[in-house]
Amino acid sequence: MSEFDDMIADTTRRIFQDLGRPQEIILAGDESWRAPLWAALEEAGLTRAWAGEDYGGAGLNAAATFTILRVAGEYGVALPLAETILATRLLAEAGILAPDGAIAVAPMRAGDSFAIDAGGRVSGRADAVPFAAMADHIVCLAEGEAGQTVALLAAADCAIQAGASHSGDGRDGIDLDGVAALEQAPSALDTETLRRLGAAMRAMQMAGAMQGLLDMAVDYAQERVAFGRPIGKFQAVQHLLARLAEETAAALAAAGSAAYALDNLPLDGEAVFIEVATAKIRAGEAAGEVALIAHQTHGAIGFTLEHPLHRLVQRMWDWRDDFGGEAEWSLPLGRLFAGKGSRGFWPTVTAI
Amino acid sequence: MSYAIQFDPVRLPEEAETLRGEVRAFLDEERAAGTFDGEGGRFNGAFSRKVGAKGWIGMTWPKAYGGQERSFLERYVVTEEMLVAKAPTGAHFTADRQSGPVLLKYATDEIKADVLPRIVRGECTFCIGMSEPDSGSDLFAAKTKATKTNEGWRINGTKLWTSNAHESDYMIGLFRTSAPTSDNRRHGLTQFLVDMKTPGITCRPVLHPNGNYEFNEVTFEDAMLPLENILGEVDGAWKQAISELAYERSGPERFLETLPVLLELIDAIGAEPDDRSAEGLGRLVAQLFTMRRMSISVAGMLTAGKEPTLESSIVKDLGTVWEQRLPDVCRDLAVLASRDPATRERFLAVLRRYTLIAPKLTIQGGSTEILRGIIARGLGLR
Repeated sequence: MSEFDDMIADTTRRIFQDLGRPQEIILAGDESWRAPLWAALEEAGLTRAWAGEDYGGAGLNAAATFTILRVAGEYGVALPLAETILATRLLAEAGILAPDGAIAVAPMRAGDSFAIDAGGRVSGRADAVPFAAMADHIVCLAEGEAGQTVALLAAADCAIQAGASHSGDGRDGIDLDGVAALEQAPSALDTETLRRLGAAMRAMQMAGAMQGLLDMAVDYAQERVAFGRPIGKFQAVQHLLARLAEETAAALAAAGSAAYALDNLPLDGEAVFIEVATAKIRAGEAAGEVALIAHQTHGAIGFTLEHPLHRLVQRMWDWRDDFGGEAEWSLPLGRLFAGKGSRGFWPTVTAI
Repeated sequence: MSYAIQFDPVRLPEEAETLRGEVRAFLDEERAAGTFDGEGGRFNGAFSRKVGAKGWIGMTWPKAYGGQERSFLERYVVTEEMLVAKAPTGAHFTADRQSGPVLLKYATDEIKADVLPRIVRGECTFCIGMSEPDSGSDLFAAKTKATKTNEGWRINGTKLWTSNAHESDYMIGLFRTSAPTSDNRRHGLTQFLVDMKTPGITCRPVLHPNGNYEFNEVTFEDAMLPLENILGEVDGAWKQAISELAYERSGPERFLETLPVLLELIDAIGAEPDDRSAEGLGRLVAQLFTMRRMSISVAGMLTAGKEPTLESSIVKDLGTVWEQRLPDVCRDLAVLASRDPATRERFLAVLRRYTLIAPKLTIQGGSTEILRGIIARGLGLR
C-alpha cells in the first residue's frame, strides 16, 4: 500500500470514527446519524473519489478508491457510498457532471436490463438494487439505438418498491415505464463490465468488514474472562481467531489484486474477469466463515441488538449476494478454465 | 488496531516472466528427452546438475559463491514452474530453499567457498535434521547431544522423520549443546553442518504407507564434527529459526503439491462440463488464484527485506489445508463426468496417488496447529 493510500485510509477512518461508529449508531436508536455522516463524506470528496477531476471528482485510481471502501467496510457503512462512487465514475466517463446526494446504480443482477428510446425515455425493470429507495438519483445503463447508454434519472420519477435484505439496507425494485432521463450519453461500459466493477467493490467492502470483525473479536477475546483467564488465552479460541485472520487475509489479497487489475488491464478482458470473479468468490466464501467465527467468539453478547457485531455481519451477508454471489461467478469461471483444458490451465493462471 | 494484515498486490516483474519462458522451454526439452515424466521419482542428480548449469539453483545468492544475485520473485517463477511440471528437484530443492541461505548467514568463509558453489552446480543434496522421536512440533525438546572436545563436536542421539537423509550429502542438524534455562526453554540448541559420510551416522528407512522411502531414522553414535562446522551462536539456534521459516512456509510448494489431481479433473470433466462440475472448478480456481497472489505478495515482502512471519504462516496454513482437501473435492466433482474409460482411469490413478499423500501435507514443515499458534501470537493473543 502506498503512502498516499495510507493517507486516504486515515481520512476515511477519521470521518467514520467521528460520525459512523456502529456502537454510537445503535445507541442513537434513530436515523439522526445519516445526514451528518453523508455530508462529511461528500465534503471530503469521497463520494466522487473515482470520478475524474473535470467532473468534480478526486480522480483516484481503483487501488486508492478501494481503500475508502475497505475502511468504510470496517465500520459496516450503511449508506450508498460505494454506489455513489460507482455512479459518479460512470457519469464522469460518459461526460456527465454528477449531482450531489446519494445515487443508486442499476442494473446489478445478471438478466436485468433497461432500454432507452430516441426521446431519452428509459423503460425496464431491475431487482435488488442497493439503496434505490433512499437515493436522490438513479444511474442506469440502458440499451439504446446508439448502444449502451448511461442515463441519469431522478429517483422521484421512478417507481421503486422497497425490498428486504439481511441488514435492512434497501435492495429495491425499480420499474421504469418511459421515465425521462435528466441526462444521457453513450457509455464506454456495458452491463457485464458494470457488474465486474460492482463485484470487485463489494469484495473489498467485505474484506473491510472482515478486518473490522477481526479487530472486534480479538479485542473481545482479550477482555472477556472465563474459567479464570481471558478466553483469548485458550488454544481453541486462538485457533478460531487464526482462521478468522486467514480468511480476512485471503479476502483482502483477492480484492486488492482485483483493484490492481482494474487499474492496469482492459475492463472487458479475460484477465479482469478472472481477477474479479476470484475476488467475489473468495471474499464471499470468507464472509460466511468469518461471520460465524466472529459470532462464536463473542458468545451471547454478540447475538444482541445492542452489540455492534450484527451491523458488520449482516452487511457482509448482503454484499456477498450483490452483483452475483459465489456460485454465479464460479460457473462462468469454471467454464472458462474447463474450456482451456489441462494444458491451458497453468499458462492462463500465470499470464495475469 | 494493534496489527494490520497486509497482502499488497505484487506482480512478477518483466524479467521474471522472461525467465518463465526459458524454464518452460527447458522443462519441455527435458521431458521430451525422457529425463523425467512428471510422475516418477523426485530424485534425479543428472536433472539437478542441468538445472544448476542453467543458473537456477542458489540464484539469489552472491556471485562470489556461484549465485546470480537475482531476486526472490525470479526464484519464485523457477520454483513454481518446476512444481507444476513435477520436475525431479529433490536432489537440490532443500539446499536451494533453506540450507544454502543458512550457510550463507552462519557458516565460515571456508565452508561457504567449499559447499555453496557445489549446491549451485546441483551436485550437493541437503536434508534437515530437526525432528526426533520425542521432538516433532515441539522443536525445543530436541535431545540429540553435541559435546565439545578437543578434536571437535561429538554427536550422539537420534533424528527421526528426516526426509531424504539417505540421499543427502549434508544435513543441517539441530543439536543440544546445553540444558534449557528456567527462564528460556528454547535455550541450549545449536545448528551444525553435518557431512553425512561422517563415521557413526546411520540411516534407517521409515516407509510411507504407500511403501515410498523418504523418511529416515538417523542415528549418531560418537559421530565427530569439525569445530568449525558450528552454524551461528552456540545455544542460540532459536534466534536463527525465525527468518528461515518465512522462506520455508510461504512458497508455491505449499499449495501446488496435489495440483495434478485438479489438472486431471479438468480433462475428466471435459471442455463443456455440467453445472456442478463447472461451479466446483470455478471455486477451486478462485481459491488457488488467491493463494498464489498471497504467496507472491510474501515473496515481494522478502525481496523488500521484511520478515513476514505472520503472513507466511497464513499462506502455509491456507495452502496446505487447501492442497490436502483438493483430492477429495476433485473426487466429488468428477462423479458425474461421463468421459471415456481411459480418461477416467487416468484420473482415478492420479487421485489415488495424491489422496494417499494428502494427510502429511498439514504436518510437515510446521503443523496446522503450530501455524495457528503463530498466527494467534501475531494477533497479540499470546
